[in-house]
Amino acid sequence: MPEVPPLEAELQLATRGSEMKLEAELPPGTGESRGTRLARAVLGPQPIGMAFGAPYALFIAVLFAYPLGLAVWISFHSYFFTAPGVSVARPFVGLANYVAVLTDSEVLRSFLNILIFLVINVPLTVALSLLLATALNAAIPFRALFRACFYVPYVTASVAMVAVWLFMFNTGGVVDSVLGPVAPVPSWLVNQNWAMPSIAIYVTWKQLGFFILLYLAALQNVPKELYEAASIDGASWWHRLWSVTIPGVRTVTTLITLLAIIVGANLFTEPYLLTAGGGPNGTSASPVLLMYQIGIEQNHPDFASALGVILVIGVLLIVGVQRLLQRNQT
Amino acid sequence: MTQTGRTVDEVAVAPDDVTSVEPRTSHSWWRLTVLGIGALVFVFPFYYMIIGSLQKNQNTSLSGVVPQPGNITLRNYGEINAALNLGKTLINSGVFTGGVLLATVVFGVLAGYALAQLRFRGRGLLFVSMLLLLMVPFQLLIIPLYVLIVRYYGLGDSYLGMIAPFAINSTAVFIFRQYFLQLPKELFDAARIDGANEFRILTRIALPLVRPALLTAMLLTFIGPWNEYLWPFLITKQQSMQPLAVALANYMNTVQSTVSNPFGTILAGAVVLAVPAVALFLAFQRYFVAPNIGSAVKG
Repeated sequence: MPEVPPLEAELQLATRGSEMKLEAELPPGTGESRGTRLARAVLGPQPIGMAFGAPYALFIAVLFAYPLGLAVWISFHSYFFTAPGVSVARPFVGLANYVAVLTDSEVLRSFLNILIFLVINVPLTVALSLLLATALNAAIPFRALFRACFYVPYVTASVAMVAVWLFMFNTGGVVDSVLGPVAPVPSWLVNQNWAMPSIAIYVTWKQLGFFILLYLAALQNVPKELYEAASIDGASWWHRLWSVTIPGVRTVTTLITLLAIIVGANLFTEPYLLTAGGGPNGTSASPVLLMYQIGIEQNHPDFASALGVILVIGVLLIVGVQRLLQRNQT
Repeated sequence: MTQTGRTVDEVAVAPDDVTSVEPRTSHSWWRLTVLGIGALVFVFPFYYMIIGSLQKNQNTSLSGVVPQPGNITLRNYGEINAALNLGKTLINSGVFTGGVLLATVVFGVLAGYALAQLRFRGRGLLFVSMLLLLMVPFQLLIIPLYVLIVRYYGLGDSYLGMIAPFAINSTAVFIFRQYFLQLPKELFDAARIDGANEFRILTRIALPLVRPALLTAMLLTFIGPWNEYLWPFLITKQQSMQPLAVALANYMNTVQSTVSNPFGTILAGAVVLAVPAVALFLAFQRYFVAPNIGSAVKG
């Protein structure tokens, strides 16, 4: 696995590098005019890099930084869509939108839904992908075929997969047929208690292949000597799993938790299509689904922007905490 | 970093398994059992999707799991084609995906190369912005993007509006940068002394050396727009502009009983939507290995 230096080191490299290398690489006074030297001092030794990076920089500025700023601006104003060309006052309302978001029962319910999602998705993903990656981590027949089977759902469009799951988990679908009297009534996707768990199971299934690949790579970095030492000490397989394997792949486990939180906050296709718009009674609504329903369908983009800004801050906080934890571990 | 001195080609194509595979033992029976059950769970929905798309009459009982000779038809494919105009929606998906791929390959490679090998003012800022963009999910920006692209710029129902937020895939830029970083500095210095300009160095020396990374990044970039639902759904109101994923989802939500087997018709559309991505990944699966994608998500 190509090692990626930790973020902090990367940042230092990226920010310091340009000044540090400058002196060393340029032999002083090799016939360069004063102007060229000045240009290099201002633009860096290879200013052509600015031209190479310009389209991407423009992309970031126009389609990331500006929208992010706009979201913050909208979230502090009273804002709604009007017919084209009509200009209306958009008064500053302070934190009113944020207060509205944080006291909205639908929003709070969607946060609870993410919690339900996480409680089911994270342990299931960790256990199953670790199990399958461990099983794959050997010279066994059909290895490539198994690997391919596992990640095929990951690369397939959610809309296509949701269609099959609807067919399977519908009232009277094949899953109900198999389970017979044990099947929940009302059926999975229209049952208040099963709607969100169904989505969590679906997402686990869809993304498992990706995490199997990550665990597989992590398992191959666990030193074999540790397993040998443990075997010599007479450790049971459970003991080896608990004290060698699990600590060895902890980075991936943290990553899964982190990505699960982000995925949960961003669910849209699943609650919109699988459980018919976050139903029943909003028990499978996600924050992004609410952003769409409230912001665009019901024309309250100010409310939805505030919700979006809260989520962005939440995601950045979680990523920050994860970085911090990871640094303390290593 | 374990592979110092190996060329990038080796790193990328080296099967991720050879390094520390346990010797074949009697354990392989439990492995095969676990993997077999796992594979079954993963493949069954795909199998069922195809079976379901061929059923004349919807059969959700257990007998419907095996194909019934009397209940097989291709009519569902005709029905979905009539309802969605598959050709047009596939072209829309293709233009959306192709535009993103083109922009990512051209501008993403340039940016990745600049971030890895060139020293210029603003490089640190560009790199930090890229990391930030990788962390903040696109979905959280749908409201301002909708306001900007549909309301301000009037790009609703246009390919440009569809492509814009995805145009340069940052994960791909990150992968390009990681691979360009691994190329030995001496190579570039030698070329520069010979008087080659940076664009020539990039296209003639650096790019051929990172071809596997290029393929990995393109595969990852492909599934983004091809499978994307939320954004094209938001900005396309006319059916003639909708990519297949959006048109199919709308059809699912408003499924009419005018067709004889509604679910079969939906599943036929799902098969058409799934096949290109699955086929691409199976064909190029050796490029979809953990080291490549791992480097992307660890950012």
